[in-house]
Amino acid sequence: MARSNEPFFWALFSSGGMLSALLFPALAGVLLLALPLGWVALPTPELIARLGNPAVRIGLFVLAFLAIFHWAHRFRFTLYDGLQLYHLSALIAVICYGGATAVSLAAAWVLWTP
Amino acid sequence: MSGIPAAGSVERKVAATRANPLHTPFHPKWYRRRVPIFWWLGKGAYAKFIVRELTSLAVAYTVLALLALIWALGRAEAAYERLLSWMSQPAVVALHALVFLALLYHTITWLNLAPRALVVRMGKRRVPDWVVVAVHYLAWAAASAIFLYWLLGV
Repeated sequence: MARSNEPFFWALFSSGGMLSALLFPALAGVLLLALPLGWVALPTPELIARLGNPAVRIGLFVLAFLAIFHWAHRFRFTLYDGLQLYHLSALIAVICYGGATAVSLAAAWVLWTP
Repeated sequence: MSGIPAAGSVERKVAATRANPLHTPFHPKWYRRRVPIFWWLGKGAYAKFIVRELTSLAVAYTVLALLALIWALGRAEAAYERLLSWMSQPAVVALHALVFLALLYHTITWLNLAPRALVVRMGKRRVPDWVVVAVHYLAWAAASAIFLYWLLGV
């Protein structure tokens, strides 16, 4: 029997789901709503200095990596079940996991280009 | 004419099956009921399920927005200001409010399912589901507080 890669992607889906569940409402509430509406201002010089810390970069990369693979796995099955696209399952998997890999590479690039 | 049923009619199929018991007008194994594409609109529970699954789009959007902000912060003051002025347009604020609501829905549905994934035992007794859920909500509050303190330094 061929070994399935399902448990691997499920583990990424699950840990990404938990991390985004715990952190993203606060993150989006501040960065996407309160900040543009002028309710808060970011201490930008301090944040830029913190982004120089390798531990902070790794932490942000892990957050982005797990959260985007959470999307890939869940959205794959949303298309598959929701839109009944059973005949396209291989293509959908390539697009979702490939997209998540591209976003992870972009995250590494953003975090490690000075 | 009345002796022979019309081609394709149920009577004709029944007659064919009677004449040859092995005959069947449909493949017995491959028959599947056709499900319409928007099957999930018919019932509240199905629609809630699809909305829950679609919250992953808000998660992906937040990742991209976070990366855009980090990118702008690392560039110059002007790039950061440009991004902020784009984000303060009413249409973008409305989109982001929708993203925020979807993220809240993701968090609530995710934490409420925690007792299904996690069975905690203390000695021989199983910790009740509501305790498992409550601990997860406390973790959410703590994680949010720590993150906000880290980000805003208040």
